[in-house]
Amino acid sequence: MLFELANPKRFLMFSGKLLPWFWAVAAICLAAGLYLGLFAVPPDYQQGDTVKIMFIHVPAAWVAMMAYGLMAVASAFGLINRHPLADVAAKAAAPLGALFTALALITGSLWGRPMWGTYWVWDARLTSFLILLFLYLGYIALWNAFDDEVRAARATAILALVGAVNLPIIKYSVEWWNTLHQGEGIFVKGGSLIAPVFLWPLFLMAVGYTFLFSALWMVRIRTEILARRARSLQLQAGGL
Amino acid sequence: MNSFLALLSRDIRLATRAGGSAMLALGFFAAVAALVPLGVGADLKLLGRIAGGVLWVAAVLAALLSLDRLFQADFEDGSLDQIALGPLPLEAAAFAKIAAHWLTTGLPLTLLSPVLALLFNLPEEGYAALVLSLAIGTPAASAIGAIGAGLTMSIRRGGLILPLLVLPLLAPAVIFGAGAVISSLDGLANGALWLLSAFSLAAVLLAPFAAAASVRLNLAG
Repeated sequence: MLFELANPKRFLMFSGKLLPWFWAVAAICLAAGLYLGLFAVPPDYQQGDTVKIMFIHVPAAWVAMMAYGLMAVASAFGLINRHPLADVAAKAAAPLGALFTALALITGSLWGRPMWGTYWVWDARLTSFLILLFLYLGYIALWNAFDDEVRAARATAILALVGAVNLPIIKYSVEWWNTLHQGEGIFVKGGSLIAPVFLWPLFLMAVGYTFLFSALWMVRIRTEILARRARSLQLQAGGL
Repeated sequence: MNSFLALLSRDIRLATRAGGSAMLALGFFAAVAALVPLGVGADLKLLGRIAGGVLWVAAVLAALLSLDRLFQADFEDGSLDQIALGPLPLEAAAFAKIAAHWLTTGLPLTLLSPVLALLFNLPEEGYAALVLSLAIGTPAASAIGAIGAGLTMSIRRGGLILPLLVLPLLAPAVIFGAGAVISSLDGLANGALWLLSAFSLAAVLLAPFAAAASVRLNLAG
């Protein structure tokens, strides 16, 4: 199934049929999640209305991490199977991942201002997300630095895999560093302590974000495939 | 083994003789460290507290300084093709280059660090941890840096991208290295040194493979 789809032509057809559905699910889930999250949910007894930033923030962070995982898997496929579509998929995921990482960081700091009294805290999660953003930016910069697409794909694939190996270590080291320097524990973990009223919109937003990411990812992959096709047609026609 | 040693000694000679980067890295290290008190103020108590962190950051930056030419110089004059054709596996060649880089930057930096720590008024308890952590951790900087050097070797302005690729990956080394100095100042058990050793060993072990792969892709085609 996966390898059948690896044919760019088949991918274009298949993703073309899938896309409207993905857009629809994303729109419905995001609309419902935003309505529930912003209007229906009562203010938190401690955080007040700022708790509602969570619905924008947490799913963005999840998608940001998922995007890196997908990028690394696509890179591994590209490196091992030498398949152009996997290269394109990895390339297309990076700017989206960077965007969601930035969204998570910005909404997090907007939440931090009223709650922590400051836009930025060198909290373990904030720090590891900042590093994640740098990994994305480095990846994108390396892609842009090469003229040759095949070479760029190989190089960035190696970088993505090295980053994937290093990410858990970075996350762990930052957590260790954080507990070493500040034992106050400003960040109290919610986890399953969240009340069910909050859980529903969060779930809807997470599904919505995931489908939004997937739809955008597919669009980017399709655009890249078509752009390459256009370029090769142009070369065949003899013009540049 | 012979070709490994030949490559190692060649790279060391290139780095230490006229036009080499070893002394430059040392000078850069000292200059960066000397600039920090000018920026944060001359409060000796504060300087003693941040000495470990500042010297660690300066050491990583100094190691980066000469990394962009690690493969690039040989790539441009064609000797990298000869090395790749030779009997030595590219992984071993990458390891030799990493070792030479560390011997000409990481090691001298480590040896110079106590003198700079003196200028920072680092309390006595911190010296052993500082020197040990730099000795253990700077090989990781050379090793992970070599991956970045391999990836960017065919890019003309690769030296500008290299720090963006490598610095985030080196965050654990800085955290554990500077953390080791702080824990010994506070008289805490020094788990950071063990974690740093683990990180450094893993980096030195795995990086030659990634560096060799990235050199290969740049040589091909």
